[in-house]
Amino acid sequence: MNGTLSSGSWFWRCLAFLAAAIVAFPILIILSQWGTVGSGEQEIWQHLFDTKLDRLALNTLMLVLGVGLGVILLGVSLAWLTTICEFPGRRLFEWALMLPLAVPGYVMAFVFLGIMNYAGPIQTAMRKFFGQDAWFPDVQGTAGVIFILSLVLYPYVYMLSRSAFLNQGRQLMDAGRLLGLSRLQAFFRVAIPVARPAIVAGLALALMETLADFGAVSVFSYDTFTTAIYDVWNGLFNLTVAAQLASLLLLFVAVTLVLEKQSRDRARYTQDNHTSQIATYQLIGFKAIAATGYCALVLFIGFIVPLGQLVLWMLKSGFGALDERYLGYLGHTVLLGVMAGALVLVIALLLAFVKRLPGTAVSKSATSFSIRLATLGYALPGSVLAVGIILGFTYVDRSLGTLLSSSVIALLIAYCCRFLAVAYAPVDAGLEQVKPSVIDAARALGAKPGRVLRQIIIPLLKPGLLTGFTIVLVDVMKEMPATLIMRPFGWDTLAVRIYTMTAEGQWETAALPAVTLIIVGLLPVYLLIRSARSSTSRI
Amino acid sequence: MLVLLNDNYYHLRPFKGFKMSRLSLNILIIISFLALVACSAEPSGRESAGLNTISLQSAPDQGASQSEITEINGPVIVYSSRQEHLIKPLFDRFTAETGIKVQYQTGEEGPLIARLQAEGEQTFADILYTVDAGNLWSAAEKGLLAPIDSEILEHNIPDHLQDPLNRWFGLSVRARTIVYSTERVNPAELSSYTALANPQWQGRLCLRTSRKVYNMSLVATMIERLGETETQEVVEGWVSNLATRVFSGDAQLIEAIAAGQCDVGLVNTYYLGQLQAQNPDIPVALFWANQNSSGVHVNISGAGVTTYAKNRAGAVQLIEWLSTAEPQYLFSDLNLEFPANPDVSPVDLVASWGDYKQDTLNVEAAGRLQADAVMLMDRADYR
Repeated sequence: MNGTLSSGSWFWRCLAFLAAAIVAFPILIILSQWGTVGSGEQEIWQHLFDTKLDRLALNTLMLVLGVGLGVILLGVSLAWLTTICEFPGRRLFEWALMLPLAVPGYVMAFVFLGIMNYAGPIQTAMRKFFGQDAWFPDVQGTAGVIFILSLVLYPYVYMLSRSAFLNQGRQLMDAGRLLGLSRLQAFFRVAIPVARPAIVAGLALALMETLADFGAVSVFSYDTFTTAIYDVWNGLFNLTVAAQLASLLLLFVAVTLVLEKQSRDRARYTQDNHTSQIATYQLIGFKAIAATGYCALVLFIGFIVPLGQLVLWMLKSGFGALDERYLGYLGHTVLLGVMAGALVLVIALLLAFVKRLPGTAVSKSATSFSIRLATLGYALPGSVLAVGIILGFTYVDRSLGTLLSSSVIALLIAYCCRFLAVAYAPVDAGLEQVKPSVIDAARALGAKPGRVLRQIIIPLLKPGLLTGFTIVLVDVMKEMPATLIMRPFGWDTLAVRIYTMTAEGQWETAALPAVTLIIVGLLPVYLLIRSARSSTSRI
Repeated sequence: MLVLLNDNYYHLRPFKGFKMSRLSLNILIIISFLALVACSAEPSGRESAGLNTISLQSAPDQGASQSEITEINGPVIVYSSRQEHLIKPLFDRFTAETGIKVQYQTGEEGPLIARLQAEGEQTFADILYTVDAGNLWSAAEKGLLAPIDSEILEHNIPDHLQDPLNRWFGLSVRARTIVYSTERVNPAELSSYTALANPQWQGRLCLRTSRKVYNMSLVATMIERLGETETQEVVEGWVSNLATRVFSGDAQLIEAIAAGQCDVGLVNTYYLGQLQAQNPDIPVALFWANQNSSGVHVNISGAGVTTYAKNRAGAVQLIEWLSTAEPQYLFSDLNLEFPANPDVSPVDLVASWGDYKQDTLNVEAAGRLQADAVMLMDRADYR
């Protein structure tokens, strides 16, 4: 079956549309809520405008800007240090700095507040030393929330920019230096722009997660757009307006992503992946101490302190909850993570691949539109998304007499919808760095898309695929709201356990499942970084 | 004002045609996945499979959903927003006494109710069990709960703790009242919820977030008693008296009073009970509010039988059983709440707080006026 250059594309494109349609389905249901604007809805919108919409928008904006700045500063600087520089402890920090990824945001938030608030140990000690009126920063304010979210979300930027820096190595910097740039100039004018797609992909993930976050901000009683969605739903009993608010959130994300993409499309960066060996800058003296100290500080605050506090609480509240059911929670957590990780990865690869297939302008823009829509789910709060899926599936169930809505399938689709962006970003960033000429050459030689995918793209993409799988795995294991509402009977996970314990404010009893969850998350993160390291030194 | 989700099905219709074929393909992909893990499925896999069988059997009977399909040995299935460790001991006891199995799905009330509604006639759930009358009221308004005609429940549960139309019944009582620092407050200074708005408490009051349904219910009953205008003045007074930002939990609030961040606050009594159980010397005590007027604001945890229950008889039996002496005592033992059944005394720690006058306004008002309360708190800038 010899064909033209685009033969076979058709099949893949259809498959991609299909996958995108299923993942985008709950999003479409949320968007469809604009079809209902009755007098009740109008009254609520009017009320929101009159009372708090401006404050919520401002809070959300400050959060997005603050967390954006925070994750870029932390993520890019740490990635640069651990890939391009050499200093004591680098090999440890290289993977250990990923660890805050394993700490769920809501856990980080309640641990931090437990330590830092007025009744916590630090302020109590301060009052003992400096008297009742000792000054202490307002830990519950905007800065506190930004601090917490930056700490748990910087690993996205760190991970993606690390792989970009690893690919680019030192040569580009050296070229810049030869052309007369100072080291700092070379960093900002060469290294950063080349890594920009990866940095932006990580940033987008961190910010979408910020927008969808309900757990951490509600521990802080900090009002955002997302808390307003919950308030309208649970307080005013109006799911329609809640979904409308959620779709505004999606609109904001979509517009931002499109703008960024447009400003980037003018430039395209590819390069040879066959850097012989990564030459590093050997840091010595003060610089080495500063680098080690900086990495150690981030690791300490972002991981050791929360884990330590949780372990203390765990010891205090005892192991009474540790019964045979616990193994079940653990098993379900891992099982759901692995299944969702694999499924999401397949869809992400399919979409990223099909996006690069040759085709007419119309089919290309249709493809990129459906991808954009399908990856928006990451900005949707989990339980809003879950309702979209339940509505969809119960409708299908009623028409077909099936029982999908309370099955694992529905939950897995929820995860796909929620986390497609997470796997898509590293896969797409990885494909971005594969020269189009390689694919063109293979196609010109008659290889069909399936073969190109198997024999060229997947081997070249291994690091990106592994990254995508790991982040989805860890994210799914941490995911709470959608799991809570959609898990089939008996499918309790560790995150559900944490919710159960924290729902009545008993943070200390949640320590056991929280510690277990963090430890389970450690292993894949460690393996990921180790394999990334070995693959670069091998090349 | 309320929009039924059913409306939304009209918007789903256009998807019907092409959705199916795509879905079946997608299912193929996922089934291949599940096949991989099926061998390693946990015991719970058996449970859910069993569940599915039951509902498949009863599927042909859907038309007769209102009639009682008695499967004496079939399980009762509960959607519960009450946490597992608070309901499981009760259900285990029920199963031991009657041989009827109970399966439950816990979750947040909003999504649980949305799920129940979306599932409609197909739902597995026989009972909806939630915390707070507002949630039960909202489920009943959506037509998700069917009336229960039961002499046992009418006898055991006081009128103000049940739906006037008998679609739900309170099973435990949660009192929300004033707590104060025993070091800095003389209880003689305290009287009512409204009095906490007085300038005397400037910079001394702690409140939990208005997002918590307990506060919505309290303000809703105040609207019923005092009217919107006066209630709003009170809430504004509270806000101007705040010592610090609102807390996300009652336990944190009590700890803040103990640490000296503020002097008085409003909490559900069992939170204080939990902290007192850990530390009997905690310098925070409880004050029964409004004893010279309407009485302490109470809310409930309660349950109703779903409209499309497949095991209605078992469901009614379970709710009736929960209103009897032994489980009623367990409610106070497990979570330091008050029994809804006035003939049952609570555990010692709870009894040690003394008798109090309860507000006998029907808790249904908490649901009916909840949206008004939320909007009022927004206007008063109570966050």
